[in-house]
This record gives sequence, structure tokens and C-alpha cells, in this order.
Amino acid sequence: MASTAGVAPATPAPASDESGRRRGLTGYFLLVPGVVWLALFFVIPFYSLVAASLFDPSGSVVSGYEMTFHFQNYPDAIREYWEPLVRSLWYAGLSTLFCLILGYVLAYAIAFKAGRWKNLMLVLVIAPFFTSFLIRTLSWKLILADDGFVVNALQAVHILGAEGRLLATPVAVIAGITYNFLPFMVLPLFASIDKIDHRLIEASSDLYANPFVGFWKVTWPLSLPGVVSGTLLTFIPAAGDYINAQLLGSPNQRMVGNVIQNLFTNANDYPAASALSMILMILIIGMVLVYVRRAGTEELL
Amino acid sequence: MRWLRNNLVLLLGIAVLIYTFIPIFVVVLMSFNDPSSRLIYRFDGFTLDNWLHPCAPEGMCSSLGTSIEIALVATIGSTILGTLMAFALVRHDFAGRSSMNLLIFLPMATPEIVMGSSLLALFVAAGFAGQLGFWTILIAHIMFCISFVVVTVRSRLAGMDDNLEQAAMDLYATPRQTFWRVTFPLVFPGILGAALLSFSLSFDDFIITNLNAGNTTTFPMYVWGVAQRGIPMQVNVVGTVMFMISVLIVVGGEVNTRRRARALA
Repeated sequence: MASTAGVAPATPAPASDESGRRRGLTGYFLLVPGVVWLALFFVIPFYSLVAASLFDPSGSVVSGYEMTFHFQNYPDAIREYWEPLVRSLWYAGLSTLFCLILGYVLAYAIAFKAGRWKNLMLVLVIAPFFTSFLIRTLSWKLILADDGFVVNALQAVHILGAEGRLLATPVAVIAGITYNFLPFMVLPLFASIDKIDHRLIEASSDLYANPFVGFWKVTWPLSLPGVVSGTLLTFIPAAGDYINAQLLGSPNQRMVGNVIQNLFTNANDYPAASALSMILMILIIGMVLVYVRRAGTEELL
Repeated sequence: MRWLRNNLVLLLGIAVLIYTFIPIFVVVLMSFNDPSSRLIYRFDGFTLDNWLHPCAPEGMCSSLGTSIEIALVATIGSTILGTLMAFALVRHDFAGRSSMNLLIFLPMATPEIVMGSSLLALFVAAGFAGQLGFWTILIAHIMFCISFVVVTVRSRLAGMDDNLEQAAMDLYATPRQTFWRVTFPLVFPGILGAALLSFSLSFDDFIITNLNAGNTTTFPMYVWGVAQRGIPMQVNVVGTVMFMISVLIVVGGEVNTRRRARALA
């Protein structure tokens, strides 16, 4: 008996469960290095951030901070910076909506209409975004410049007044954010639209639904998982972004990212910066939870 | 009219695609620009100077070197750590699977400014405030690249059926031979894709880097700095080269897959 067990080659050495996954310690060994890295430099830093947000605000980086559980940092930060906070969520929300509209058209066209050009179009969606984020944003600054083609054209058709401008307005900042985060929307949308069975849409038109009803009752609900993950992947980084606000906007379009960055590097006010960072994170988590729950139930209906 | 109705969505999609390329056209155009003054950023005349003297602006090429160095090391580190984790997730059983998935998902769902500031808070608390630089940037980059590597390699591994591995085992290959001759070559395209993604994420990162860089200047930080003072046109040369390299890589990958598909058919 013992000898046959030794020669049988087809038996995989470690025991497996139904899913074909091997039991044993190897799995843990493979996980340890990555988990240690993420624990040290992703999880523990959150603890440091919470701690820093409760430091005594009268300290400084040079003299050191004292841990005084100064919860007052939070209301202080909100009172002082509620405007950039609200603005960040508002700009990020609007940009996400525009990304959804543009991204849906593009993803739908690639998935259903591109035919043999599908792969090429997908590659073209990603290609521009491998060029530096900052360089692309600077190039929008040039395109939207005061004496540039776009502004002149809009002035010619009287959408903008003679003195009107795009740079240093919310329009430029929101347009910049929309542009920069578009692929985060397109890729998940494509993944989910591409999976839709065409026969379902044909069936709806056989049952006398016009194309709009067919879209609304069949395609849109089936693409909802992509819509949810796309909007999250766009909204979250957009709310924390400050590059567009800085390069395309003015101090009037300052977003919460600008404030946090300035508090850390220029003002050296670590407690306020940390508190503001925590508030942003809490707001985002809250909004995401509400959103996911609502989207989840709508999907079931 | 009928044709238009049938192809309206495709045309709109192509219009969106063209829109994504507008800034790239501007970058390529401006790389040939002969500016009349550093402060006015517009196209004044054609020149090849920027391409012939890419390192003329002070500090640009050294920042580029720093960025490439960091991106290479961060890519190697995060690809190794992430690939090991992906194998564990797909092929092995362990306790705490759902918290593991959460740990991998969260870094992708946290705004960069929050991740950057919490890392800074850690470095300051640990007494490294004066030593921010190459190593702290590297630590941060490996951290935020790992998740993207895990997701990319995991999807490749999960989509692979294990018939070929079973066959190798049936033909008396040892587990080691099976792994290196069958499994690894099959997963390799996924690992390569993950490495390319890591490189570009690390090379392009600004928000996290800026908080944890100290006096070290990466290329995005250099661009940020000159954006306030007047942008040398050589920045656009770098942008154009980055674009061309990425197009070559994706097109090359595409051609390679097609050739393989044809060879198998």
C-alpha cells in the first residue's frame, strides 16, 4: 500500500479542497511579505494619521507634538475649511457625472459597435493616459488659455463675454478632472457592457420596445455593476485631487487636497492637516456606503 | 440618414476618443515649439532644438533619472510581492480570505492625499522627518503598486484552466518542473502587464510622492515646480517620448497576441 502511494504521479501532493485550492502553509508564506508591507505602510500609517489628528495644535514639527487627545481639531478644521471640503465633493460629483456620460457612450460604442476594431479602440482609450498626468493637465491649460482657440470661439458665438475666460473658473477645473479620470470610468463600464447578451436586447425590440425603452429596461440595468464600480473609481480619486484645481483654477477653486498639502508642507500644521485628511476619508466612506447600498437595492428591483 | 442613425453611437464614441487625444496633440506640437519667451506658453515657431538638446533645462534630466530609478526598483519590488500574493489568493487556502481581499482593495479606494498624509504622519512619528527622500518615496510607491499587481496577476491566474498543469503532472513532471515549464510561462503575460502598470503608476505619481519626498525631486515634481515659473519645451519632448513608448508597448503586445493566436489556429 505504502509503495503505490509513492509512485502515483497524478495525485497532487498537498490536499486540496473542492475549489482546487491547496491547503497547508505555503499559502501563508506567499502572503506574508506583501501583507507585512501593506500592514507597515498602509494600515499602521492610518493609526499615525488618527494620532496626529489629535495632537496638541500648539506644537510644531521642530519642537515636537504632544498627544493631548485634542478632539477640538476636528470641529476647528471643519469650521475653517468647510468651503474647500464641500467644493471637493461637489466638483468630484459633477466630474463623475460627466465621466459617466462620456464614458458610457465610449464603452457602449467599443463593446457593441466597434466590431473587429474593439481591441484597437480599447488600447486607444488607455494610450493617452500613459503620458504624464501633469503634462496633460498643462496642455489643457494651454488649450483653455485666455487668447486660445477655445476661448476665442466661445466669445465669437457669445457664450462667453468679451472679457470671459475659462482658466481660473470652475468650468476649467471640472473639465480637467473629467478628462483625467475618464479611463477609470470607461474600463469598468466596458467590462460590464461587453458581457451583456445581445439576444436580450433583440428580444426587447421583438417585444415592441423602442430602442430607448430597450436601453433603459435592458442594457442600463445589466450594466449597473460597471456603473457602480466606475463611478466609485472616478469619484474617490477626484475628491482628493488637487492638481487640476491648482493648475487650471485659482484660489477660488481651491479643493481640500490643496489645503491638506499646504498645511503639511508650507504651514507645517500637522494636527489640522491630519484632521482634515481624516474628515475627507470619513466623508468619502460615508458617501460610498450610502451609494453602494442604494445602487445594490436598485439592482435587485 | 439611415446610415447616420445606425452609426450614431459609434461616431459619438470616436468623438470621445478624439477628445482624449487632444492634449496629446498639443504636447507633440509644443515639443517642436520655439518659444519667444519663457513666460508666454503658446506656439511661436518650429524648431528641432528641444529634441536635439533634451537635457538643456537645469535639473530636468536628473529628476527624470531619479524617477526612472525609483520606478524600476518599485516595479521589481511590487511585482514580486504582488505576484506571490496573487498565487496565494488563487491557488492556496488560508484563513481570513475576506479580510485579505479588503486589505488589497482598500489602497486602490483611498484618495492619494489621504494615503500620502498618513504615510507622512508615520514617518514623522517614527523620527524620519529629516530623512524623507529616495527610500521613503520607494516605500510609498511599492505600497500603492502592490494592489494593482495582485488584481492584474490574479485575473490572469483565475482565467487559466489547469488542464495543462494536470497533463504535465500526468507526464511525470515534478511540481517544480510543472511550475517553471507550464504555469509560469502561462502567467507571465499577466506579470509583465502588472509590471508595466506599476512602472507607469510609480513614474507618474505626484500627490503621494510630493508629501514624502523631502528634498528629492522626481520628474512630476520637477514639472510641478516649473509650472509656476515657466515651462521649458523639453518637458513636452519627454511627454511625447512617454506616449510613443506606451503606444509601442501596447501595439507590440497586441501584435504578439494576434501572431500567437494565428500560430495556434
